[in-house]
Amino acid sequence: MRAEDLLIPAAEGLYCPPGDFFIDPLRPAARAVVTHGHSDHARAGHGAVLATRPTLDIMAIRYGAGFAGATQAAAPGAVTRIGEVEVSLHPAGHVRGSAQVLMQWRGFRAVVSGDYKRAADPTCAPFEPLRCDLFVSEATFGLPVFRHPPALREVEKLVASAALFAERAHLVGAYPLGKAQRVMALLREAGWDRPIYLHGAMERLTEYYRADGVELGDVRKATGADRAALAGAIVICPPSAMQEAWARRFPDPVACFASGWMRVRARARQRGVELPLVISDHADWDELCATIVETGCSQLWITHGEEDALAHWATTRGLAARPLRLVGYGEEDAGDGAAQESAA
Amino acid sequence: MNRFAELLDRLAFEPSRNGKLRLMTDYFSRRGDPERGMALAALTGSLVFAHAKPGLIRALIEERVDPALFRLSYDYVGDLSETVALLWPRAAQAPAEAGEQGFAPTLAEIVERLSRAGKRDLPGLLAGWLDALDETGRWALLKLITGSLRVGVSARLAKTAAAALGAREPDEIEEVWHGLSPPYPDLFAWLEGRGPRPQTQDPAPFRAPMLAHPVEAGDLDGLSPADFSAEWKWDGIRVQAIRAEQGGRAIARLYSRAGEDISAGFPDLVASLLSMSGARFALDGELLVVRAGAVQSFGALQQRLNRKSVSARLIAEHPAHVRAYDLLAEDEADLRERPFCERRARLEALIARLDAPALDLSPAIAFAGWDDIARLRLEPDHARDAAAIEGVMLKRLDSPYVPGRPKGLWWKWKRDPHVVDAVLMYAQRGHGKRSSYYSDFTFGVWRDGAAGAELTPVGKAYFGFTDAELRALDRYVRDNTVERFGPVRVVGAGAGRGLVLEIAFEGLNRSTRHKSGVAMRFPRIARIRWDKPASEADRLATLEAMLPQV
Repeated sequence: MRAEDLLIPAAEGLYCPPGDFFIDPLRPAARAVVTHGHSDHARAGHGAVLATRPTLDIMAIRYGAGFAGATQAAAPGAVTRIGEVEVSLHPAGHVRGSAQVLMQWRGFRAVVSGDYKRAADPTCAPFEPLRCDLFVSEATFGLPVFRHPPALREVEKLVASAALFAERAHLVGAYPLGKAQRVMALLREAGWDRPIYLHGAMERLTEYYRADGVELGDVRKATGADRAALAGAIVICPPSAMQEAWARRFPDPVACFASGWMRVRARARQRGVELPLVISDHADWDELCATIVETGCSQLWITHGEEDALAHWATTRGLAARPLRLVGYGEEDAGDGAAQESAA
Repeated sequence: MNRFAELLDRLAFEPSRNGKLRLMTDYFSRRGDPERGMALAALTGSLVFAHAKPGLIRALIEERVDPALFRLSYDYVGDLSETVALLWPRAAQAPAEAGEQGFAPTLAEIVERLSRAGKRDLPGLLAGWLDALDETGRWALLKLITGSLRVGVSARLAKTAAAALGAREPDEIEEVWHGLSPPYPDLFAWLEGRGPRPQTQDPAPFRAPMLAHPVEAGDLDGLSPADFSAEWKWDGIRVQAIRAEQGGRAIARLYSRAGEDISAGFPDLVASLLSMSGARFALDGELLVVRAGAVQSFGALQQRLNRKSVSARLIAEHPAHVRAYDLLAEDEADLRERPFCERRARLEALIARLDAPALDLSPAIAFAGWDDIARLRLEPDHARDAAAIEGVMLKRLDSPYVPGRPKGLWWKWKRDPHVVDAVLMYAQRGHGKRSSYYSDFTFGVWRDGAAGAELTPVGKAYFGFTDAELRALDRYVRDNTVERFGPVRVVGAGAGRGLVLEIAFEGLNRSTRHKSGVAMRFPRIARIRWDKPASEADRLATLEAMLPQV
């Protein structure tokens, strides 16, 4: 049997014919399996959605309760039969609720990773390595120049800078789902015990994380806070807000940006970032390579990102590698999704 | 090296000029000699050692990393030094853990060893340092050793930061600079009030040039035409031509606008200057190629630029010429404090006296009012060389020669750019500031082909857009790629799809090298027309109508 009998890359996303469902479809589909809540993967308007409980909760926060005709929450590892295929969801370590999709059909095992990382994250369950024949991986940071440093060390840089420039506010651009809450949790780990201020666009998701049991300490709204209190404060906001009128309320702000892209200077300079923080929710090059080896797969498909280098590397390891060049994913780490986010 | 690397790193991310000055002045005041002097030399591009060739650095990294992965990484990052700094494998002992201060080299040590190192020592030396340094240190070392720091600091800005140590003006450093060499202990001693002003030894020094402000709407209102002199703005490169004598020996030198000594590329001009027996002067003018009395296109001049050596044939076919604007010094006298009208009179007398074929005067334009100037800037009445005129220069008759861009003394009024609507066809990742984004755009216009209308490429542009527009263009390219040839992406374009770019450019020439038969001067993206259907972009015939008539 061929992998293509189980999965087909289509313009709408990955399609599974024997189960008649899409994974992370970009357009409304009759039946969808959704890996995680980022808006480029989780869209509204599907007939039926299978996802983890947190992912469904996040979709409801973003799109309203009626975001799909029907929903089904899958517990981690629990098998659901869709058509001829046995489908189960397993932690991907990307953001809260993020999952890999394992499909078993006629003895063939395929795993679609969704977005994932291997580094520790206090706000979500760790990635669970799965053995499979076909591994469908992301490759957002699929170049060997991307080696993320320990995230805690980056946050310690932020804390040190906030101490040094005690009269200035530190504005940290971070994606509202996942990255923002991870930075807050890391700040607490780094010993920052002062209030953390938040942009309005991330309040509801942060509230959800806290209600779901993630300890974030004293978190306050930035809007309406006393200007004097914001001197030396750390403020988390969507990346797009840093260039908006909203940012002008802060005393002489230091522009910080938490993203894996910050490892490349031109990316940081392009955004006028003064303090780049290399913190990513995606696997770096070493993690991508290690994960592919760990799955024991014989075929590798690459959904989106910097696919050429990873495909080349896989070929040198004797794997059959195929870049799918799916268009429409990967917007959240470029920060462009943030505008939609604040509107939602 | 680590402190210097840290400085470079912060400079690279510091957007404001004042911020950069503060960082550098702070560094100069904290670091001692010779480290800070070497840093000043590095920032002003004054270090003399054989630069490592990019090929050597490639070879080092390809011994350590799969060449295909290196190539893809380099294509993405767009900067060789940064790519190698990020890719360099961690040494068995990570420097941070082994106590970096112990064996990381200082900048002065690096410069000293490089100046003594032979070509064969270089790879081993460099690899050892790269192992010992951290990521930022590796990046800074590679930038230094390839001679391309590019941290948004000009030599002028670095000197301004050094001058601030002693509350001096940067021009005071400029005056003594050509007599100094790294690590500048005398300069720092003077700036810190511990020593006398260094004596300049150079009989033919560079003098920082005076620049003009562009005329914007309303700028000329209220100014009296009678207070100004007008002349053409020639389309060449601005130079200083100097003839001096020292110990009975004649010295001739040609400097670029940035103070770079470019004499070696223009032996014809140097010979002409040397032959002007007894004359001593420093004049400001435009470097042009003049053939049989007629100024040639900028393209002809480009044949002569950035060459280490020139053939007799190139000189014969592209003879260099200086068209003089101003006289900065004559004999013993520094004329820069004198009013323009006086300098101009002395310049006219000097040019007449010298009577040299490769040197003439930029003629003054007769005009009665601003209306005349507005008309002449668009339609120069200089019959023979109209194509080599970029616009008009206006200079206050009483203006002294002030280095930099002083307000209100000199104005430049250029011809308006031409504009055309073209369709995006190919994109490539950029380098430098634009690296890692698709930022080099090839665009085309419609023409009749065998199978109906087709796009033909007419030019390439890599600037003119904002940072936000760049990100939008990058995304557009990635989402609309239909084919790839190595690093080049073919962007979907045709009657039903495609992105229209409004392209502004300064001039148009016939070209046999381009398939379309035309070549643009200085094209840039004026606007992105997200709203305009590709089928409504301009046709090649529109461009052909803009060609100068022959």
